[in-house]
Amino acid sequence: MDNEPNLRRRDLLALIGTVAGSSAMYHAMTSLGFASESAYRGPVKLEGNAKGASVLILGAGLAGMTAALELRKAGYKVQILEFNSRAGGRNWTIRGGDVVTELGGFKQKCEFEQGLYINPGPWRIPYHHRALLDYCRRLNVTLEPFIQLNHNAYLHAARAFDGKPQRIRSVKADFQGGVSELLARVTQQGKLDETVSKEDQEILLQSLRAWGALDRDHKYNANLISAEFRGYARDPGGGLTADPLPSEPVGLSEILRSRLWRYLQAFARYNFQTTMFQPVGGMDAIGKAFAREVGEVIRYNARVTQIQQNGSGVTVSYVDAAKPSIVQQATADWCICTIPLSILSQLPLDVSGPMKNAIEAVPYAGSVKIGLQFKRRFWEEDEAIYGGISFTDLPIRQIAYPNYGFNRSGRGILLGAYLFEGANSYEFTAMSPAERVASAVEFGAMIHPQYKHEFENGVAVAWHRVPFTLGCSGEWSDAARTQHYRNLCQIDGRIVLAGEHASDLPAWQEGAILSALDAIGRLHERVVKT
Amino acid sequence: MMTTAKTSGVVMLALLSTTVALAEDNPASKRTFSSGYRFVEMTGEELFANVCQGCHMPDALGASGAGTYPSLAANKNLESPGYPIGLIVNGRRGMPPFGDMMTDGQVAAVVNYVRTHFGNNFTDAVTARDVQDVRR
Repeated sequence: MDNEPNLRRRDLLALIGTVAGSSAMYHAMTSLGFASESAYRGPVKLEGNAKGASVLILGAGLAGMTAALELRKAGYKVQILEFNSRAGGRNWTIRGGDVVTELGGFKQKCEFEQGLYINPGPWRIPYHHRALLDYCRRLNVTLEPFIQLNHNAYLHAARAFDGKPQRIRSVKADFQGGVSELLARVTQQGKLDETVSKEDQEILLQSLRAWGALDRDHKYNANLISAEFRGYARDPGGGLTADPLPSEPVGLSEILRSRLWRYLQAFARYNFQTTMFQPVGGMDAIGKAFAREVGEVIRYNARVTQIQQNGSGVTVSYVDAAKPSIVQQATADWCICTIPLSILSQLPLDVSGPMKNAIEAVPYAGSVKIGLQFKRRFWEEDEAIYGGISFTDLPIRQIAYPNYGFNRSGRGILLGAYLFEGANSYEFTAMSPAERVASAVEFGAMIHPQYKHEFENGVAVAWHRVPFTLGCSGEWSDAARTQHYRNLCQIDGRIVLAGEHASDLPAWQEGAILSALDAIGRLHERVVKT
Repeated sequence: MMTTAKTSGVVMLALLSTTVALAEDNPASKRTFSSGYRFVEMTGEELFANVCQGCHMPDALGASGAGTYPSLAANKNLESPGYPIGLIVNGRRGMPPFGDMMTDGQVAAVVNYVRTHFGNNFTDAVTARDVQDVRR
């Protein structure tokens, strides 16, 4: 960029540090959002001699491949055993031609048009996931925006507004407008006199007028002030039809009873704030980028059957998917195990009682995603919805619009359902893939009637039926985390665990990477010392 | 800059008609879907079909990938009813706990269903009271 600000932030910090000392600098850094934002401390530096030690890594997901990449760089001999025939684990993208076989033998062949895809696992990256973003930069993974909040997407409740979906912008404007009008009235009636000073009341009224789009009488009405937020009945135009017409707000009572307000705050949560990202072409670009670096040390199609250790090393038994009767063994000085706990808890494993108890204490969340291909991008053509997510209380819960290929003619893919925990995720898991797709179409048509004519085919992934995870992610209860988390993360003899389940960012890729970096840091310290 | 306020009787036209009749042969109309966190299915048969078979499969034979979902068919571990009740209420290893998502009556219903189907023939039915005792 040519337009560097005259005083860059780093220079400003240096200046503050010089003038006021380091505690002032830390305070400034924190208030500039610099110091306390992420647990990531930049590229890991494993200093000291690895002494040719060998590390066997179980699982070629993001945790396993992060560990492999960094340990190899530090001089370790590294080998990975991977259950699947591809790298990435839950970092996964499904495209046309892919065959998805789930537990129980249910088989789907994805019929998507070339270039279209669905990310059945992780699909968005928050701006504060600095470790993942750093690896994307270092591994040349091109990112594009993931649109979390689209004001023109819908909020929908089956029993509100006669089942008609409402634009997010109008629900937001009407909720803020109604609440602001109410609070302004209470303020003007003097009911806040005991708690808010006169001077602050004046400022409060000003802010309510701005925040709630109120008129000069502090009323929320159909006019061009509120229309600027909730949208127009007729947009401003040109020539002789230029006059905009305001739209009619919905009253506070109806908004409250619709319960649609409950979705609004979700957009403000730290994990879902803008800017979010997705890799261009599919989330698996990240897994593939890691595999370009460490692919040659991955042994694919290897199902681990036993993990043993003694004072001198680790021995892992595994079978090849094609020859399951022949048990093979891999040995190393150390082992980093990223196998999901849903599977690890079933394996014979030489670790201490406390770690074993921790491994057995974490159930796995149910989650379902359903991708649907349509003949045309009607959500854009008919409804001007470009990316983002509509929320509903129907069992599909969400419809997410593609954040790529905007305004193109031809086919497109919707995420037609995204369930995470709750009864519906189990109910959808219990269906056959074809039933899941048919249900998603049926429910989705209540929000987008175009489904009926435009739907072509779909693919459904229920994570409890995914052979390589048996669930979506580690579902820690607060009690289990208090009792078991530290025991799970300790180095036990020559074995240490990593993965999203060994992080406080469950189900996020950042958690997998941070857990791997933490584990290899501690492992390396031990190797260097011994 | 303030814009002159205009009021208008124009109501934003509904863009979409949302009365969609569910076809009778469609799973969305045939199956039961819960509306909240808890299951609304009440019979053992329906609870099994809408919850348990997700992992244990429609024939209750379980499945194997990198790990295994155990078969519930002709399963001697079901002889003592406290065992399946405890598993459903509290979970175990990768199996999620369903204690907060099902009532005592629902847990009893699905335990009774599994213990009398899929080659199991344990006729000593459990009650909601038995489930309540396990929760303590």
